[in-house]
Amino acid sequence: MQLTARQQAIYDGREGEVKAKIMKTLVMYGETFGSDRMADITGEYGHLVTSFGLSVMKPVYALMDEIIASGAVSGQKFTVDPKPLDPKVPKNLIQEIFFRVMYSKQKDYDEQLRKLGIISDDGYTCTCYMNEVGNVPKKGDILSWAESSAVVYANSILGARCNRNSGIFDLFGSIVGCVPYFGLLTDEGRKADWLVEVRTTHKPEAQLLGSAIGMKVMEDVPFVTGLDKWFPSLDDDAKAYFKDFGAATASNGAVGLYHIENLTPEAVESGRSLLKSGYKTYVIDDAELERVEKNYPVIWKDPAAEPKLAFIGCPHLSAAQLRSWAVNISTELKKNGKKKVAVPTVMTAAPAVVKEFSSDPLYSVLENAGVVISSICPLMYMNNPQCGKMPVLTCSNKLRTYTSAKYMKEAALLEVITGGAK
Amino acid sequence: MKKTFTGRVVVKGECKAEALVSHGGFNTLASYQHSLMFGDKTAKCSDQNNPDLYGRAMAGKALCMPQTIGSTTGGLVLFCAASMERQAACLLFSKPIDSLAAAGAILADVWTEHSMPTVDSLGDEFLSFVQSGDTITVSSDGKVTVER
Repeated sequence: MQLTARQQAIYDGREGEVKAKIMKTLVMYGETFGSDRMADITGEYGHLVTSFGLSVMKPVYALMDEIIASGAVSGQKFTVDPKPLDPKVPKNLIQEIFFRVMYSKQKDYDEQLRKLGIISDDGYTCTCYMNEVGNVPKKGDILSWAESSAVVYANSILGARCNRNSGIFDLFGSIVGCVPYFGLLTDEGRKADWLVEVRTTHKPEAQLLGSAIGMKVMEDVPFVTGLDKWFPSLDDDAKAYFKDFGAATASNGAVGLYHIENLTPEAVESGRSLLKSGYKTYVIDDAELERVEKNYPVIWKDPAAEPKLAFIGCPHLSAAQLRSWAVNISTELKKNGKKKVAVPTVMTAAPAVVKEFSSDPLYSVLENAGVVISSICPLMYMNNPQCGKMPVLTCSNKLRTYTSAKYMKEAALLEVITGGAK
Repeated sequence: MKKTFTGRVVVKGECKAEALVSHGGFNTLASYQHSLMFGDKTAKCSDQNNPDLYGRAMAGKALCMPQTIGSTTGGLVLFCAASMERQAACLLFSKPIDSLAAAGAILADVWTEHSMPTVDSLGDEFLSFVQSGDTITVSSDGKVTVER
């Protein structure tokens, strides 16, 4: 690996032992992937995946302490994934006790993040790329981010360049200001291995389509056709759709970048020339999506149990999605002769998105319907074993993948939470 | 029956352990999260979507897989498993290693006392041949011998 003079100085320990160890770790990592140089980070902000003060993850906090003590804090400010706790989200006494024990390190870890360079106390969200949050990389920016759903969004929708970095490596890159040059940072690594032809009769559910593609292509890059007929441009609705789609490709597979014909920046620029020679083809029709959904395991103790909670917003919702859910819930409640949701429902969005949305009249519509609007991480909530035992519904494939929550399509979930169906 | 495969060394080391085979992508967070959170030293796999491994103890086993998938906490999770002495004996990949697994293997090697020998690019035939319960021997030059 060829290092610049500045990188070599760090490697040689001229900025301290810890920074040298960090640089050596990144060099070893890069060499594993045949990287011959480090690329300087050009994105303004970083994004970290580790937001939770889990009492059992002592090794991570000890490592953070070591970094802080050495003075090797992040060279750039960063956002971080959502917090695991919010007093507004329903929980019983036993669940509350478990939360206190499980996340007993939360305050200490929040303090570590302040010392390391978190952007603000409102910087906790998995959708840092929302305009309201302000961590929006430019096309071509080199990033040191983790959080699979944020990385795939930054690469695909914004045209930034970021590998699927692991937690800890996200911070390492921000500290030394560079990342190994390989994979999705390179032009060749951004070419598509798969042509995915979507031939469904209706606009497919974003999270179901993403799940099917993720399971098929694993970490390869898909070039997806057949979706542009439902999206005239990459507007806010399309961005929200592909946010959810991407999260599912990244959690059910390991997709770090996708191209959508005629919509995403590189697909608009280069079209099907992004396909590698010898690419594979995957055709998705209604039957294929039905097959994928039918294969999801339901691990509720009693599969016929009455749902106790519904989570909407993993990844966090956009303002447009909050508005759309508010209108739909209000309409369905009226139709069903009800004023409040039939199942306790939590919608999650970034703190900055919630703040802006709180001045919209639709905010009160949701509140009056009994919906809790929070910036919590639903996944961290569900990791509480007392919460994991509860029958919880979600329209998030990501939440379904990592927890016992049962997946429902958005329309079906709407029907259940508004009392129109069981 | 005995067969030897040669791969590329990612983290150097030697070990002998019982094979545990995932034919689909190994979701690191989903697999380890319960054992890390609830003190299970045997590291029983908690990934409901992985029929090969769900409920099976992973600590001390030779984990064989095509590659890892899922959350970008993957490397951090492998680092924690190693720091807490719940790590696999080795990580063996039929395909070229992915970025998250590489991060975890390297973090464990550089930042903990519990390195996991890691070999990738062992080929599809390796994953077709190896079965859970086989005895695996890894040598430092990337040779992996499977015995049953």
